[in-house]
Amino acid sequence: MKLSAPSLGRFASALSVSAIAIAAFGSAVSAETIRWARVGDALTMDPHSQNEGPTLTVLHHIYETLVRRDIDGSLQPRLATEWYIHPDDPTVWVFKLREGVTFHNGNEFNAEDVVFSFERVRAESSGFRALHTAVTGATAVDDHTVHVQMEGPSPLYVQNLTNFFIIDSDWSRENDVVNPQDFAAGEESYAVRNTNGTGHYQLVSRDPEVQTVMTYYDGHWDEAPQVTDIVYTPIAEAATRVAALLSGEVDMVQDVPVQDIARLEQTDGITIATGPENRNIFFSYDMTSPQLISANVDDNPFSHPEVREAMALALDRDAIRQVVMRGQSQPSAAPLPPFVNGWTEAMHSYDAPDYERASELVRSVYPDGFSVDMHCPNDRYLNDEAICQATVAMLGRAGIDINLVSQTRSLHFPLIENWETDFYLLGWGVPTFDSAYVFNFLVHSRGDGFGAYNGAHYANDDVDAMIESLSTMTDLEARNQVVADIWEQVMEDRVFLNVHNQLLAYAVRDGITVAVHPENQPHMASITIDN
Amino acid sequence: MLAYLIRRIVQSAIVMLVVALVAFALFRYVGDPINAMVSQETTLEDRAALRDLLGLNDPFLVQFGRFIGNAVQGEFGMSYRLQQPVMELILQRLPATLELALVSGLAAFVLGVSAGVYTALNPRGGISTGIMTVSLIGVSLPTFLIGVLLIWLFAVELQWLPSFGRGETVTLPGGWVTGFLTPTGRISLILPAITLGLYQMTLIMRLVRAEMLEVLRTDYVKFARARGLSNRAVHFGHALKNTLVPVITITGLQLGSIIAFAIITETVFQWPGVGALFINSVRAVDVPVMAAYLVLIALIFVIINLIVDLLYYAVDPRLRVERGGARH
Repeated sequence: MKLSAPSLGRFASALSVSAIAIAAFGSAVSAETIRWARVGDALTMDPHSQNEGPTLTVLHHIYETLVRRDIDGSLQPRLATEWYIHPDDPTVWVFKLREGVTFHNGNEFNAEDVVFSFERVRAESSGFRALHTAVTGATAVDDHTVHVQMEGPSPLYVQNLTNFFIIDSDWSRENDVVNPQDFAAGEESYAVRNTNGTGHYQLVSRDPEVQTVMTYYDGHWDEAPQVTDIVYTPIAEAATRVAALLSGEVDMVQDVPVQDIARLEQTDGITIATGPENRNIFFSYDMTSPQLISANVDDNPFSHPEVREAMALALDRDAIRQVVMRGQSQPSAAPLPPFVNGWTEAMHSYDAPDYERASELVRSVYPDGFSVDMHCPNDRYLNDEAICQATVAMLGRAGIDINLVSQTRSLHFPLIENWETDFYLLGWGVPTFDSAYVFNFLVHSRGDGFGAYNGAHYANDDVDAMIESLSTMTDLEARNQVVADIWEQVMEDRVFLNVHNQLLAYAVRDGITVAVHPENQPHMASITIDN
Repeated sequence: MLAYLIRRIVQSAIVMLVVALVAFALFRYVGDPINAMVSQETTLEDRAALRDLLGLNDPFLVQFGRFIGNAVQGEFGMSYRLQQPVMELILQRLPATLELALVSGLAAFVLGVSAGVYTALNPRGGISTGIMTVSLIGVSLPTFLIGVLLIWLFAVELQWLPSFGRGETVTLPGGWVTGFLTPTGRISLILPAITLGLYQMTLIMRLVRAEMLEVLRTDYVKFARARGLSNRAVHFGHALKNTLVPVITITGLQLGSIIAFAIITETVFQWPGVGALFINSVRAVDVPVMAAYLVLIALIFVIINLIVDLLYYAVDPRLRVERGGARH
């Protein structure tokens, strides 16, 4: 009997269909899908374009970094297995790369991809440039070793790499995405909607602001995770997001509204995980200008140490925690989350409010008190506007009459950048987990890339010199002493009126165990499901 | 007729230009787009450079002129936030909004007219009282609250209907993404369509009822009855037809509002339409998307108005009689 070609083809396809069926059945035993909702979508799939929370969180599933930030804040190996400062040259960082890693399209991962990614992340159109300004170039020493040349000794540079994703060099050249998307360019870049990473999951489909589906990449180098499929859905409206969890349409809600946490904790079938976020909420004020923009007195009230002390005494942090935050905050005196290098127990403690003493202090300078405008965002931090309202009432008791101006974040932040506010609320995260990050942006006097958010106009030459010395100090013990000295001066001068550290809450259906990530970047591969 | 049409189109172009001008003037009060585009590490120098690159430092009229010049060529630029061409973004989202608007508009019209006629013909019946009470709730509750209440009842408590999204969709040739063809797509439409259409339905119902009661008292209805015509012919052939001119005007304008004000419903139900896109763009000060959206909504209103005017001709024979130039 002669088999004709078409029937042979049919036979072959029948075979392959049954093979797929077996494969599907085989993996179905351990397959777990997690339906994950949060307030916003990733803005782009380009790994070097937007340095923005939700974007990074999604990208961490598809792309991988050299080092990884663990739940406790420590650095763990990922695509790099070892990293150290070159023994002979303190200006060179050495990275030993993991072997046997492949990209989703099958390309092998090697040093060339890392060198290429260093170039790409430092491009003009990259959203991450500012984190890599100290780099002058990267070279591949062999297939699995990369040397990164820095301008000078940069002992903590590796802390800047937790959101530095490695992209495939060949794939990027083939698809003409050697540089990240340029805002001024007239067309969309291929990398905005297509990916090729080394991560646990590969992109299956993406409909921006509707749904992003990812599935496990079975060529991944690490142990296979329990979660094999991810359906990521942004749900902007808080009530709908919670309703979707309660109705069983999603398994995990990342941005739980503060007012719903207590109720969800008591709901059957829902578990809440909470943990500190890497973000402090504080007030600051113009303390050096001779005159304020909005005050009703001739000089600058905030330049008087008595007034600054009075404000610290009038701020009832525990009341804000209890009433405004419903328990979801960690009050503290310094604007530094507890897991960041430089934090001490002493910086955490604050005095109990004493309105009588506060009022006396204010009236020792201004017998009739004074009034000033306070600027506050109303859509950026957890209950930001309510925090400001509570503070206005508290300062009122100390004789400071505040006129509150709260507005959307895109109007609020330029006021700080342009020095157009006397008194404002700001939240600050420390992605590098080192105090120097806070000093560079908030404490150092403005200029030469420093002090972009130094709305206090704080300028202390000694402090500036100490801050500049931090970036090149290789002796970590001596460096930590300088950090402590700077904090002491900053706290003594009361540059910040810190309120609290925000807490994060994730809500999941029972059976799912997820740990709160300090950078709010939960990874689905680390989730365990117990049905 | 042709002269009338041309006159209307010229008027429409002026309306759209004014809308664009007003919208553009307002954008300056929405905030600084740069802030939403860069990370907190970005230096002040880099921010200033980006602002220059995007032309945000140019005088208002220069920016506006550039926008109009590009818009006339159908070029609305790139979204600051999503880095995709604005026109493509809007066209991707438009089917979701149009399908939702169509279903809720149609339901509002059919139910509104039927309920209006019924309550006009049986003003004292028990069912009429019931309908009138429900309609009072419809006009007085805010859309947002209705949406949340419906989600709570039908999605969380009863678990009959989905609380968010559009369900599964099918892409038709030509790129139109429809939710009509899948079961999940159809049930996902129910709650948002009710939320969006409830107000319009009660409005139409009350209008039809008032007009109907008025017309039923007129002489020609009495004469029609005297001629021995059946109730059916009197009610639907004579009375209803004469109530329709204001009803069509209102329905037409409301269809525009349904599309334009689907923003709230789309936000509550995470409906992936242009309204939700607009709100997200406002939050991020994504000026190119906001500008294009507002011009598009103006265009929709203008087109609907044009169609409504033409429909008058079809419905009201008096308008078809040539009149002197003095009467407009």
